[in-house]
Amino acid sequence: MTAVMMRSQDKLNPVRMTAYIAVMTALSAVFGYAEQLIPFVFFGIPGIKLGFANIVSLIALYVFGPVYAYLILLARVLIVGFMFGNMYSIIFGISGGISAMTLMWILKKTGLFGMTGVSAAGGAAHNLGQLIVAEITMNEINLIFYLPVLVIFGMLAGCVMGILGQTIALRMRWSHDRFFKGHDRFDL
Amino acid sequence: MHKYIGRNDIILMASILAVSVLTMILLRVFTDKGMTAAVYVDGAEKGRYPLTEDINVDIDGYGGSHNTLSISGGKAYMSDASCPDKLCMHQGKVYKGGQTIVCLPNRVIIKIEGENDSGYDAITR
Repeated sequence: MTAVMMRSQDKLNPVRMTAYIAVMTALSAVFGYAEQLIPFVFFGIPGIKLGFANIVSLIALYVFGPVYAYLILLARVLIVGFMFGNMYSIIFGISGGISAMTLMWILKKTGLFGMTGVSAAGGAAHNLGQLIVAEITMNEINLIFYLPVLVIFGMLAGCVMGILGQTIALRMRWSHDRFFKGHDRFDL
Repeated sequence: MHKYIGRNDIILMASILAVSVLTMILLRVFTDKGMTAAVYVDGAEKGRYPLTEDINVDIDGYGGSHNTLSISGGKAYMSDASCPDKLCMHQGKVYKGGQTIVCLPNRVIIKIEGENDSGYDAITR
């Protein structure tokens, strides 16, 4: 862990890093909770979410690296699941989150795509992974009809979150330098 | 100025979109058959009739009441009912999975279902 930290974070000292990660975990938990309060029904499919919490995952992946991004993700799902959800929201949260994060990590590593593309693919993978797990746990083959629509919505939401994530990351001093070296920084 | 969306991002998103739409079309093509109209009286299943065959079915409802379910042209509707309000007859034709015709006084429910399943059994968020 320390090795990962030292490699990807040459300037941030460990104490500040711990603090940032704690704050980001808390932030993503709040996002995750706030989203549950907003009912969203598209095409008669209940439970579509915009995935604001994924902004945090995305920024964490770019700034702190995959290990911390996974940890923040797991912490968020467990916190939100135990406090406001049920066993299913934990299972689906973990399955969606891990598929999204894994694909985003791979795509980021290729270096071919920007944050928007990475995030859009992550959104699509989130819903794909979740649906596969739902198929298995609920043994309901008919869910497959939701697959294309869910993947498209996941992608669109991911795209929006990617653009938002960049906007935020560009404006924060601590993430900007690691992220977009050479780009202008917008200070708030 | 920072560029938010690059060319590769657009290609990536377009290909995800293309695969999804293709999947959607394939799912439509391979599953646009096998819908059945299931008849429930007082919560108990009384029969299933495929939408592909034109048929008139007499249903004995709750307490000696009577309904007639008709299927024609791939759609099911209630063509006759003994109930006073005839609301079920006015509910029109149903043919999509999950659609229902309900006749409350006679406790009759017509539900369109897939070949071997019954729609949702759980919803979670």
